Amino acid sequence: MRAAVRELLAGWDPATTEPGEFLRARFDAGLAWVHYPVGLGGLGAPRSEQAAVDAELAAAGAPGNDPRRIGIGLGMAAPTILAYGTPEQKARFLRPLWTGEEVWCQLFSEPGAGSDLAGLRTRAVRDGDEWVVDGQKVWTSSAHTARWAILIARTDPDVPKHRGITYFVCDMTDPGVEVRPLRQITGEAEFNEVFLTGVRIPDAHRLGEVGDGWRVAQATLMNERVAIGGGASVPRESGMVGPVAATWRERPELRTPELHDRLLRLWVDSEVARLTAERVRQQMAAGTPGPEGSGLKLSLARLNQQLSGLELELLGEQGLRYGDWTMVRPRSVDFYGRDAGYRYLRAKGNSIEGGTSEILRNIVAERVLGLPAEPRNDKDAAWKDLPR
Amino acid sequence: MSTVPDLLYSDVEDDLRAAVRAVLADRCGPAAVLGRIETAEPYDPALWRVLAGELGLAGLLVPEKLGGQGASAREAAVVLEELGGAVAPVPFLGSAVLATTALLGCGTAEAATAALLGRLAAGEVTAALAVPLSAAPGGTFPSAVRADAGGRLTGAVTSVADALTAGVLVVPALGPQGPGLYEVAAAEAVVGRPVSFDLTRPLADLRLDGARGRLLAGGDAAAAALERALLTGAGLLASEQVGVAQWCLDGTVEYLGERRQFGRVVGSFQALKHRLADVWLDVVSARAAARNAAGVLAASPYDPAEAALAVAVAQAYVSPVAVRAAEEAVQLHGGIGMTWEHPLHLYLKRAKADEIALGTAGRHRAALAGLVGLPAAG
Repeated sequence: MRAAVRELLAGWDPATTEPGEFLRARFDAGLAWVHYPVGLGGLGAPRSEQAAVDAELAAAGAPGNDPRRIGIGLGMAAPTILAYGTPEQKARFLRPLWTGEEVWCQLFSEPGAGSDLAGLRTRAVRDGDEWVVDGQKVWTSSAHTARWAILIARTDPDVPKHRGITYFVCDMTDPGVEVRPLRQITGEAEFNEVFLTGVRIPDAHRLGEVGDGWRVAQATLMNERVAIGGGASVPRESGMVGPVAATWRERPELRTPELHDRLLRLWVDSEVARLTAERVRQQMAAGTPGPEGSGLKLSLARLNQQLSGLELELLGEQGLRYGDWTMVRPRSVDFYGRDAGYRYLRAKGNSIEGGTSEILRNIVAERVLGLPAEPRNDKDAAWKDLPR
Repeated sequence: MSTVPDLLYSDVEDDLRAAVRAVLADRCGPAAVLGRIETAEPYDPALWRVLAGELGLAGLLVPEKLGGQGASAREAAVVLEELGGAVAPVPFLGSAVLATTALLGCGTAEAATAALLGRLAAGEVTAALAVPLSAAPGGTFPSAVRADAGGRLTGAVTSVADALTAGVLVVPALGPQGPGLYEVAAAEAVVGRPVSFDLTRPLADLRLDGARGRLLAGGDAAAAALERALLTGAGLLASEQVGVAQWCLDGTVEYLGERRQFGRVVGSFQALKHRLADVWLDVVSARAAARNAAGVLAASPYDPAEAALAVAVAQAYVSPVAVRAAEEAVQLHGGIGMTWEHPLHLYLKRAKADEIALGTAGRHRAALAGLVGLPAAG
């Protein structure tokens, strides 16, 4: 691994190489994501060795691929393409995805299909070597900058809902794609509504078998939850507890006994959430992943909401003010570059996006604890016959 | 920033757990525990002989050269998870953790102290640290017992854990030269038996009236040894609490998976599933906090500041989790959870007593305020 890094740096001096060229060379050297196969940006090495590669290249002044800008591609599209894509799809999509030359978005949720995603009604109808797609998607981050989308659509309304879905790669430059900003609770528009009207997708851009889209989507969603809950080792007081603790230390005049008690409780909860995440990382590194990871997102959502709420109260009069309600299009979500009011409002989404906390509790109860599912009447009936 | 210790279980620790679990499954089932808690012998000496003699648990923390196992806080934590999961009425926490750590802190250069640790490790005798079980680390040195210049001790210590079966008492006392830790034969004390809230860890009230004591350590060394013992005890208690909480969760999941009402298994109702998912998340988190405390306590070299912080975090977090898990278990079991016949009440009582033991969550949070620089108002 060391040798590969040295060879890359010898061939492409970060100081003089154009960043895009360097990133392409890094991908070709197998140092993009070392756990991917050779030829697809990796070396078939253990995932745990990535951190050392990243650190070594960063120390040498190598340019990064700005993972926050291309998070959907890295975290969701790429692992799904790797798992289900054809050789041609892998060769076409993964390299520019990783280098950031092509941004990806995810066309999953619909106005009528949130937690019940499998109930989606966007249709894809076969037309020769192509599919014609009509429908509406929502909560699509990066749709306005994306070149490609991962898309799930209904291809067979006559079978039960989970079985009539197919997974596609959708060209966001198709004239039938219309992207409108979706203004949110914070005043800005991180997300979009996407209207699909007669969008044509070649069958070669289908991921997985026809009707197997739900299974393919599970791979994507699993990776989304890992991406939201996981990440690298972090020091104490990382995350939302940091700004609150800093305000507490810097502004003694704001302190009250009641706020002190709540702050200490949340400080403890934050430290334990950090240790729990660390334990999950240690399990992954040891090759013995446990179910513990499923809970991380639940913990972080609650902590982010409670800490940001506490922060506003602690700030008192200042908490009555808000930075800026202007409708803008942020490049990425930055909790810490904005004020406490923004953090409070944006954190409300943490228990909704990527699986609501209620759905996640169901998953824990059913898949980890083995409790039975609620009785349902929508699993075996044809999608077209479901009450709506 | 200090690095986080290994929070997983080693193969050796897994083996130790399996061995302890097998003994407990054989000899410490709910019926056996329920059957003895109201007798004159609530502790189970036969069980302790097996755990101490055959598995060597009594001397887990005692160095090998003194006849012990030379293991660390990590292994003791695994044992406590299992003992907590069985609410086993044995004096492991009081003797093998609290008293043993205090004795080790007094220095083992003196032959009599080394010999005592050897006898403890061999399971010939157990010892108790003569402080109320509610004593927290970070407090002032106890003044309930006074020592005279001749080493005679007088005073009373109430609510001492694991003293009913102890042959030796490790007694903190204020003498003419200040704090001291003394070895006192239990026969020198008048031992009272108060009614204990936690039936599986019955308490003792100790009265000393001119009891003969041997000075183990004096002055700052005595204070440091006592503090180290209380800190170690509090940190490892978190693992016992994880064991209690895990048992409550497992039993409740099992019960809700069988119990039927309204023509359904009640565990299929989302309102109940969500409560169990929350308990599960609490227990998973508590385990990470408890493993961290055990790992930091076991670290070599020992870092007192990191240990104080890790223990305070573990106790502040895990104590309420164990209580919540037990309380949720009682509620979700419905009527059966209110009976004496079902062992659940033993776990609720242990969880609630453990919440008070070695410092409440609130005390540990107050300690954290100082340790991490989040000072109180005013």
